[in-house]
Amino acid sequence: MKKKLVVAHRRKINSDNVFKLGATIAGTFVLVIIVLMVFQLISESYPIWEEEGFSFVIGTDWNAVEGRESFGALPYILGTLTTAALAMIIGVPLSIGIAMFVSDAPPKIGAPLGFLVELLAAVPSIIYGLWGLYVFREHFKDFIETPLHSLFGDSVWLFSGTPFGLDIFTASIILAIMIIPTVSSVAREVMKAVPQQQKEAAYMLGATKWEMFKLAIFPYSKTGLIGASILGLGRAVGETMAVTMLIGNATGASAIPSSLFKPSQTMSSIIANEFVEASPVGLHLPALIGVGLILLGIAVCINIVAHLLVTRMLKVKEGAINN
Amino acid sequence: MNVNKRQEYRTLFKQNVERRLFVDKIVRLIVISCVMIAIIPLGSILVEVFKNGLAAISIEFLTEVPGSIGSGEGGIGPAIQGTLIVIGMASMIGVPIGVLSGIFLSEFGDNRLAKSVRFFNDVFMEFPSILLGIFAFLVIVLVLGHFSVWAGAFALALIMFPIVARTTEESLKMVPVTYREAGMALGLRHWVVTVRIVLAAAKNGMVTGVLLSVARIGGETAPLIMTILGSSLFFSNFDTPMDALPLRIWRLSLLPYDSAQMQGWGAALVLILIILAINIGVRTLVLNKDDTYRFGKMIKEKIGGIK
Amino acid sequence: MATKPDTIETQISSTKDIPTVEDKFKMIAENVTISYGDKPAVKDVTIKFKEKSVTALIGPSGCGKTTFLRCLNRMHDMTKNAKVEGKVMIDGIDLYSKEIDPIYHRRKVGMVFQKPNPFPTMSIFDNVTAGLRLNGVRDKKILNEIVEDTLKMAYLWDEVKDDLKKPAVELSGGQQQRLCIARALAIQPEVLLMDEPASALDPIATQKIEETITELKKEFTIIIVTHNMQQAVRVSDYTGFMYLGDLIEFRETKKLFTDPKNELTAKYVQGQFG
Repeated sequence: MKKKLVVAHRRKINSDNVFKLGATIAGTFVLVIIVLMVFQLISESYPIWEEEGFSFVIGTDWNAVEGRESFGALPYILGTLTTAALAMIIGVPLSIGIAMFVSDAPPKIGAPLGFLVELLAAVPSIIYGLWGLYVFREHFKDFIETPLHSLFGDSVWLFSGTPFGLDIFTASIILAIMIIPTVSSVAREVMKAVPQQQKEAAYMLGATKWEMFKLAIFPYSKTGLIGASILGLGRAVGETMAVTMLIGNATGASAIPSSLFKPSQTMSSIIANEFVEASPVGLHLPALIGVGLILLGIAVCINIVAHLLVTRMLKVKEGAINN
Repeated sequence: MNVNKRQEYRTLFKQNVERRLFVDKIVRLIVISCVMIAIIPLGSILVEVFKNGLAAISIEFLTEVPGSIGSGEGGIGPAIQGTLIVIGMASMIGVPIGVLSGIFLSEFGDNRLAKSVRFFNDVFMEFPSILLGIFAFLVIVLVLGHFSVWAGAFALALIMFPIVARTTEESLKMVPVTYREAGMALGLRHWVVTVRIVLAAAKNGMVTGVLLSVARIGGETAPLIMTILGSSLFFSNFDTPMDALPLRIWRLSLLPYDSAQMQGWGAALVLILIILAINIGVRTLVLNKDDTYRFGKMIKEKIGGIK
Repeated sequence: MATKPDTIETQISSTKDIPTVEDKFKMIAENVTISYGDKPAVKDVTIKFKEKSVTALIGPSGCGKTTFLRCLNRMHDMTKNAKVEGKVMIDGIDLYSKEIDPIYHRRKVGMVFQKPNPFPTMSIFDNVTAGLRLNGVRDKKILNEIVEDTLKMAYLWDEVKDDLKKPAVELSGGQQQRLCIARALAIQPEVLLMDEPASALDPIATQKIEETITELKKEFTIIIVTHNMQQAVRVSDYTGFMYLGDLIEFRETKKLFTDPKNELTAKYVQGQFG
C-alpha cells in the first residue's frame, strides 16, 4: 500500500506578504522619484552644460536670441541668496521674539497668538504676492523706500536707484513675513526643550525674565535656534510666487543685486517667468532647467544642514533627561 | 571674607536692580511688538482680500468663463472648477501612495531601508515646488506633446504624498501597541490588524493630515504654470490645459487693467476662503486636544510650507 | 483623608519648641498655605528659623516639604497654577508683600537643587560668577576674590583651583553639586535653601556636602529638606516633621528624634512608614 505523504509546505504567497510588499513599494516610491527627477533635470539641462560647462554657473549673460544664445545663472543665484539672506536678517529676530513671547506667556494668551502666527503659513504664496503687489508695495515705496533714497541715496550704495517698489527690498520683506511661522514654531520647540532646572537655577540667582533667557535658555538652545534660522533660509530659497511678483523681473547682468531698490531676479522667479515661453529648440529651456538643478542643489544642502542642527539639539535634550 | 565685606557687596547689588528691571520691561515691549508685527500683515491680508474681493463676487463671476482681456466681464468659473478637479485628481494619486508609505514607515519601519525612506521623504518635502512642476513637465507634457491636467495632478500629487506619508506614520505610531496585540491575539492576519484595527483608530489623524495637505496644494501656483498652463474654457478632457484659481490670480495680476485687479481679488477671496476653512476647521476641531499635541506640532512644521 | 482629632492639635502646639524670644530669627514663615489649583499642598505652616542654624525638614514623599521650601525664595512664581498665601519674612521684610521687588530680595535666599544643575555651557569660574555678573559686578578683582571665597566654603577650591576655566560639566556629580553651592553663595545670600542636596550623590560626596553644611552654618542660615533621617541628625540643629501638608512637629533635632511628642513623628522616625 502506498502511503501518501502529505507534506505541508509554506505558502510563499499569502496576503500578509502581499501587503508588506505593497507597502514597501509605496515606501520606496519616493526614492525612485528622487532618482528619476535628478536624472531628468541633469539630462534635460545637459545641452547647456555641454555648451558652456562651468561658465554657466558664473556667467551673467541671458540672451535667448537664436544664433547669439548665451546664458549664465549667476545673477539669479545671487538674487536668490540675497533675498533669502535679507529675509533671514529681518525674519529671524522677529521669529525669536515671537517664540520668546509664546513659550513663556500663560496659555490663555500664548496659545491664540501662537495660533494666529501659524495661520500665516496657511496663506498661499500667490496671495502674499497679490497683497504685496497691490497693497504693501505702494505704502512701502512711499513711506520707507523713497525717504531712504532721498536721504541716503547718494552716499550709501544700498539705497541708490529710484525706488519703484518692485525690487529686492520689497521681495525680501514679504519673504521675511513668510518664513516667520516656520522659524518661530521650531524656535519655540527648541526653547521649550530647555530643562526646567536650568531656568530655576537662573531664577534662584535673582534673574529677571530676560536675564533668565540670556543665562539659561539661549546658551542651551543656541544650536537649535541656528537650525531654525537655516530652516527659514531653506524655505526662503525655495519660495517662488510672491518673490516673482515683487522682484521686478530683471534679466542678465542687470539682475545682479546691486542695491535694495533695483529690480532683480531669483532662480525660481526666472523659471516661473520664462519657462512657458521658452522655445523648445535651442538652449533657452535647458538653461532654465539648469538653473532649476542649481536651485535644487542649494535648497537640499541648506535643508539637510538645518535638520541636522535641530535634531541634534533635541536629541541632546532627551539624553540629558535620561541622565 | 568678613561680614563687613559681605555687606559691602550686598549694597553694591542693590544699586543695579532698578536698571535691570527697566531692561526687562524694554525687552517685554520689544517681544510683544514682534508678535504684533507678525500679526498685522495677516490682518491686512485678510482685510484687503475680503474688502476688495467681495466687490467682485457675483453669481456670474463664480460661474462664467473669463471675458476678453481687460473688459472686466466674465468670471472665474473654469478656475474654480479646475482647482477642484486638479486637487481631486492629485489626491487620488497622492493619498494612496502616501498612506501606504506611512504604513510602511510605521509598521515595517525598523530596518535601514525604512530609515533612508524616512530621511529622503523629509528631504523631498523640501524640494521647491516649481522644480516638481519642471519634473512633471519633462515626464508628462513633453512625452504626451501637450499641456494637460494629468501633468498638473501629478505635480501636486508629488507635493502631497510625502506629507500624507509622515502624518499617516505619526498617526499610526500613536495607536497603542495593545490594539495590535489584541488583534493578533484574535488570530487575525497582520495586514487585517493593520487595516481594520490600527488604521481605524488612527483615522482622525490621518484625515487631518490629508485635509491639511489638500489645503496646501490648493494654493500652489508654481507647479501648475508649466503643467496645466491655464485656459479660458471649462474642463473638457484630461489631455488639455486647464485653469486653476492660483494660476488665474497670477495671470490677472500681470495685466495692467483695474478690472483685472478686481477680478484677481475676487479669485483670491474664493481661494482663501477654501483654504482657511480647511485649516481653521482642522486646527481647532482636531489639533488642539491634548493627546494630539505631538502630532499637531509635527503637522504644523511639515504642512506650513512655502510654495 | 481623616480630620485631625483635637488631641493631635494640642499635641502639635506643644511639640513645637520654638526657640525663645531672645534668639534672633533670620527667617519667619507665617501661616503659609500653598495650593495647586484648589488642592492644598502645604496647609497653614508657621516656622521660625533661627539665625546661623541648620533646620531640617523631613517627612514622607508628598508631605509638602519641598513645596514649602520652594516658597521661601518665591520659586513658585514660576509655576503656573500655584497660589501662595501667608507671609515669609526675612529680617522683618515680607518677601510676598506687594511693595518689595522680588529680584533684589530673592537674591537673599540662595538655593541648591536636588540634582546638580550647573550651567552646561559655562566654565567653573563663569558658573560661580553667573549671579555676580547678573548683579552688575564687573571688577575682576572682586570676582576673583568671591570665587576663591565661595569655592573654599564649598570645599571645592583645592580640587579645581588650577583649572577654573574647565567646563563645569566635566566635574563629577559631587563636585558639580559643591559648585552649585558655591554659585548660590557667590551672591552673598543670607539664607541657603537646600532641596535634598546629597540624594543624587555617592556616600563620599555626601559626606563632603555635610561637612560643608556644618561649616557654612557659622555664617548662614540653612534650611535643608532631606528624606535621610540620619543626615538630619548629623547635620541639623532643628527639625520639622511634615505630613500631608501639615507641620506635625518642630523641635530641636535631638529631642525630636529621641523623644518625639507626636505619635506620627514617632512612627516616622522609627521607620514605620516612609
